[in-house]
Amino acid sequence: MTDMISPEFFASVPDPQGRFGPYGGKFVAETLMSALADLEALYRELAVDPGFQREFDSDLAHYVGRPSPLYEASRMSDAIGGARIFLKREDLNHTGAHKVNNTIGQALLAKHMGKKRVIAETGAGQHGVASATVAARLGLDCHVFMGAEDVQRQSLNVYRMKLLGAEVIPVTSGSKTLKDAMNEALRDWVTYVDNTFYIIGTVAGPHPYPMLVRDFQSVIGREARRQSLAMTGKLPDALVACVGGGSNAIGLFHPFLADESVAMFGVEAGGLGVETGQHAAPLSAGQPGVLHGNRTYLMQDQNGQIIDTHSVSAGLDYPGVGPEHSWLKDIGRVNYVAANDDEALAAFHRWTRTEGIMPALETAHALVHAEKLAAEMTPEQHIIVNLSGRGDKDILTVASIDGIEL
Amino acid sequence: MSRLSTCFEKIRTEGRKAVIPYVVAGDPAAAITVPMMHRLVAAGADVVELGVPFSDPMSEGPVIQRGHERALENHVSLANVLEMVKVFREDDADTPVIIMGYANPVERMGYPVFASACAEAGVDGLITVDLPPEEVGPLNQELKKVSIDNIFLISPTTPAERITTITANASGFIYYVAVKGVTGAGHLDTADVEKHLAAIRSKTTLPICVGFGIKDAASAAAVGAVADGVVVGSALIDTMAQRIESGGTPEQGIDDAVSLLASIRSGVTASIGTTA
Repeated sequence: MTDMISPEFFASVPDPQGRFGPYGGKFVAETLMSALADLEALYRELAVDPGFQREFDSDLAHYVGRPSPLYEASRMSDAIGGARIFLKREDLNHTGAHKVNNTIGQALLAKHMGKKRVIAETGAGQHGVASATVAARLGLDCHVFMGAEDVQRQSLNVYRMKLLGAEVIPVTSGSKTLKDAMNEALRDWVTYVDNTFYIIGTVAGPHPYPMLVRDFQSVIGREARRQSLAMTGKLPDALVACVGGGSNAIGLFHPFLADESVAMFGVEAGGLGVETGQHAAPLSAGQPGVLHGNRTYLMQDQNGQIIDTHSVSAGLDYPGVGPEHSWLKDIGRVNYVAANDDEALAAFHRWTRTEGIMPALETAHALVHAEKLAAEMTPEQHIIVNLSGRGDKDILTVASIDGIEL
Repeated sequence: MSRLSTCFEKIRTEGRKAVIPYVVAGDPAAAITVPMMHRLVAAGADVVELGVPFSDPMSEGPVIQRGHERALENHVSLANVLEMVKVFREDDADTPVIIMGYANPVERMGYPVFASACAEAGVDGLITVDLPPEEVGPLNQELKKVSIDNIFLISPTTPAERITTITANASGFIYYVAVKGVTGAGHLDTADVEKHLAAIRSKTTLPICVGFGIKDAASAAAVGAVADGVVVGSALIDTMAQRIESGGTPEQGIDDAVSLLASIRSGVTASIGTTA
């Protein structure tokens, strides 16, 4: 394992076929293959184009508000009495989550391709809002597919998207959540592939999406690395991030992969408990398979049917995970664990009251594990948690669980 | 010679075009899939295409999606589908059967196990929507060992150089997807189909069958005039489902679907008569 950790090793994935070890690839219908090839060709050209990078960086600075701060959560760290916990404040980005880093990048690609219509899938609605936002800014026609169940539990974000001029299409097939929204987005793309750019919201889907979303989100880890060195004079000892599809986690982890001293923890949604089967933790309890254009760990039955997932957080309620995470699990570079619904809700309240930072329910899963980890470590050690999004969108869910009528 | 090659050779000799119905195995009920296959053959099907139910049928329009959902409610798995083919073969040794589905059930079963189970059941060809040439290599190796044809899709967006790669690896027949979109969608442009088929024919002598967007005898006849065969799926399933939803029995639903297939058969045959 040790000799495998080098920047070159981690830069070698994905390979030209879009594979991360056995994972990733391009498992889509023939009609989409040439659109993916066009996207990959354009991206490979722009990724090394200084002009494109300047455009991306400028948008991140002036529109998103980057760099996002690294903040030492002193009261929580003191209360735990172990490692110091630092929060990478992606919740302070425009639109309230890390998702916008990626939609800014993909919107620039859409602009370069001359596509006037963009589509997106969304679970919690954060990616839908971030897509609707960049579409409004560039004057693009935006359609967001969202599971009918998520439309109910994330009504605030649905209204935000509508205010931004996007059309929100509730998806009533299957389990009516994120996976079904992605099915429907793929069906739309195959139909309108000539004029439509599909803004995928996470590091999943067919190649080149897992690669380009990772690259756009890696700004999180690059900043965190710099900020950690500047603030503490050293690299963090551990990184913690929640994992649904896994874009905020890969964004934080990727620039640290070759730093052997940095331990990494991806926290999946344990739902009612991984042992109950009612969860959304494919890396903890799934098997490799093929869904939504890539080979990766999936929640599935013995016949290869994708099974329903459960999580209190709509953004983690997905039966798959980005293929790079599957690979990082298999090679042992990242540890994947799970946090349950009730633990996440408790952490939501605890962090809101102790630090004055209301985390998204997705993010609260990461905080659960960060607390456990910090308690086993010493005050000289540091943990960076990706505070991937703010919790305003979740207050109706939290109130309802707490039995409060607003 | 494989059952598919024999079948298409015979059709070519007789100056006919193939009619290929698609139904989802286990829809509307597991027990009537095999009798339905026999009835479709009696009504003029040259090849039967069986859909393998999947939880996330990404290339299907609403009609076939619901077919998959109904079949899954009946707990029909890939293993069950292969069992149905085996039972069908007891009474029909000649009609080629191809199965069409998505990669994950096959991945879960494992490629070698799947290939030998297909051979044992009497499956002749396989279409896996989400295994394009770039990803199908390992499965193809296993299929070749048991002489099962892997049928590739070519779409209106497939560039010329890709057509060359695909036809070089294809066997059985080429499945041309007539419209950009999901099954059952869109308006079929016969002139456009004819143009694309000419481009494919310049690269291969394999038969070319056309699917997606063929709804009735008229559209089947129009496509049959330029292709070697037509695939009809959504229209059959919609007809069946509508009869059942309006209070009919599953058997009555099948009666209606079989009647539609018979009219498509005569439409295709008549169009050949007029152009010959």
